[in-house]
Amino acid sequence: MRRALTALAATTSLAVALSACGGDDTSGSNDQASNPEDVSGELTFWDTSDATNEAPAFKELIKRFEGEYPDVDVTLQSVPFAEAQNKFKTAAEADEGAPDILRAEVAWVPEFASLGYLYALDGTAALEDADDFFETPMSSNEFDGKTYGVPQVTDSLALLYNKQLFEKAGINEPPTTWDEVASAADQLEKVGADGIYLNPAGYFLLPFMYGEGGDLVDTDAQEIVVNSDANVAGVSTAVELIENGAAPKPPANDAYASMMTSFTEGKVGMIINGPWEVANIGNAADFGGLDNLGIAPVPGGSEAAGAPVGGHNYVVYSGMDESKADAALAFVQFMSSAESQAFLAEELGLLPTRTSAYEIDSVASNPVVSAFKPVVDAAVARPWIPEGGQFFAPLDQMAVETMVQGAAPKAALDKVATTYKSDVVPDYSTN
Amino acid sequence: MSALRTSLSRHWYAWAMVVPVTLVLGVLVLYPLVRGVYISFTDLDESNQRTEICTKTLGGDETCEPNPDRYTFIGLDNYVNIVTGDEFWLLFTNTLVWTVSCVTFHFVIGMGLAVLLNREIRGRSIYRMLLIVPWAVPAFVSAFAWKFMFNEQNGLFNAALTAIGLEPVSWFADRWTSMLTAILTNVWLGVPFMMIALLGGLQSISNDLYEAAELDGAGAWQRFRNVTLPGLQPVSMTVVLLGTIWTFNMFPIIYLVTDGQPAGQTEILVTGAFKAAFEGIRDYSEAAAYGVLILSMLVVFASIYRRVLRRQGEVW
Repeated sequence: MRRALTALAATTSLAVALSACGGDDTSGSNDQASNPEDVSGELTFWDTSDATNEAPAFKELIKRFEGEYPDVDVTLQSVPFAEAQNKFKTAAEADEGAPDILRAEVAWVPEFASLGYLYALDGTAALEDADDFFETPMSSNEFDGKTYGVPQVTDSLALLYNKQLFEKAGINEPPTTWDEVASAADQLEKVGADGIYLNPAGYFLLPFMYGEGGDLVDTDAQEIVVNSDANVAGVSTAVELIENGAAPKPPANDAYASMMTSFTEGKVGMIINGPWEVANIGNAADFGGLDNLGIAPVPGGSEAAGAPVGGHNYVVYSGMDESKADAALAFVQFMSSAESQAFLAEELGLLPTRTSAYEIDSVASNPVVSAFKPVVDAAVARPWIPEGGQFFAPLDQMAVETMVQGAAPKAALDKVATTYKSDVVPDYSTN
Repeated sequence: MSALRTSLSRHWYAWAMVVPVTLVLGVLVLYPLVRGVYISFTDLDESNQRTEICTKTLGGDETCEPNPDRYTFIGLDNYVNIVTGDEFWLLFTNTLVWTVSCVTFHFVIGMGLAVLLNREIRGRSIYRMLLIVPWAVPAFVSAFAWKFMFNEQNGLFNAALTAIGLEPVSWFADRWTSMLTAILTNVWLGVPFMMIALLGGLQSISNDLYEAAELDGAGAWQRFRNVTLPGLQPVSMTVVLLGTIWTFNMFPIIYLVTDGQPAGQTEILVTGAFKAAFEGIRDYSEAAAYGVLILSMLVVFASIYRRVLRRQGEVW
């Protein structure tokens, strides 16, 4: 009996404590913290950058932040990029284990926002300098008239090449069209290297589609255009590069990793990839450092040359306790400041998202940043709709079917259009 | 009524003992099962599950509106869509190929090793221990190890093929070679269990039977055929049933080794259900319908299996 009473007492006091927590007023979070030392709280941050090559720089930034805000404790958890979207949704839905702050890929933000998983940041300190940010990365944070994130980095795909191999093969200028890629590949073959490694994945096929003037969907006309003639032509170009031997036949499984291994070991002269791999390539033992890395805009097709806008934003999970609002805002503001972005540019070659960051000397003189800047300026915006993150699973399947298994591009793209219609954007019309 | 009362008053302690178990089973098994079946008759997915959609501004207010497209009861639509679609039949065929080949190899190899290890040989205990290793290693570790060995560019198998002058194989580019990689991995993983179970069965067969058979002039094959196999029947029936159910629902190997490649052609039913539930647009109702279908198939299989055993005079 006594034990039961103790248990009862414990439960009651726990309940009282819990209700006290729940009833905690949130009035304190509205006024901006003026003194960094008054801000306190424990934050978890899901970092989706590469855990070995990129995360150390983010950890260093966090250390600096904690130096400035001594009572805020930030825990960085590295979550593999490929799993983060699902993992966050699972955690947010269960309201358990989700981080306070997440580094979300640009296409994820409208999706998470539409599901109610994010805090809108309008009117907060995090968006104080909203005008300083580039328009396209910023626009990826908007959903239904509200802004849900702050751009961290922007990126796009570019043609990365091995300068030594190019020199050995006697190629003076990086190719600007896919035809030139094919002839460069012929020359590279003579010095024992493969031409270009094409990753059979949807995102990496976008430059081929944009090159012919294609796109996935037309959001204005509410139309699915993924199986347009332009896209068929674009995908056919990629398939032909493989069939002609300009590109080695990629595996269906783990092609991305194989692509990076081949490139860093100097077995292939060119790849299509983004600034997020620059640190990895520079650190690779057999590559010869960043001096050996050439960066050029993606080759063009018959219409244009274009690569998709990518990048990442800081977003705040809507299940976070409001009492931590000040700490979270201070963290987002610190991490997206021009100085922090300049630091990331210097350390990792990642591209800042705000104008003032490019005025800092270390950014202005950074060769990787200046090589990628025109690429990003010319990048093609993607449709920022909640379904934007769902376009790629069917597209990846199409990429494997056409580039690995040799299926006809037209039929494979028609299948993607059918899946978009039935699963992704049912309200859109098909052509 | 009075009978119930007598039973209650006389056996109240028995009822009291049963209550916790019933409650636990109800919470852990019955409720999720009923809920899963119910969900399979709705169009529930991640976007329509909420009663209201809330927009919260950090440090500001929260506005909530009732969700206009809340999920509804749609009857058998999920099942009709699944069974009439192509994907289900691809997954179903894959699951059959996967289960039948894995269980067959498990059983045959496990039996062979058990018979080998059941006789006096030098270093028997070391062999036994080594053969259990695959079982002791966490499944995801072995899955990744095998996946790396099948890597088309840097893997062990293609290096070996090239070394003896053969063409390297694009393992994951074809449905059946890709399936083969997963089956080989799972065979390696599953043999120890079969071997241990059958070894136990072998040791329960009395040596007198073998001696008597030998006296009657039975050869090795005849002894195996007429003493070992019948003696192992009770054990093998159970392990084959268990193995079938486990393999049918074996998620990690397919997911980690082939990841459904090429282009989803090596997906089995459980990985398909997982993809429906947790990837892309999270379609919980479709995944639940897959779950109910998988459960029904296994129930049908188990009851047929049981009936066949009973006809053979096995008490089970």
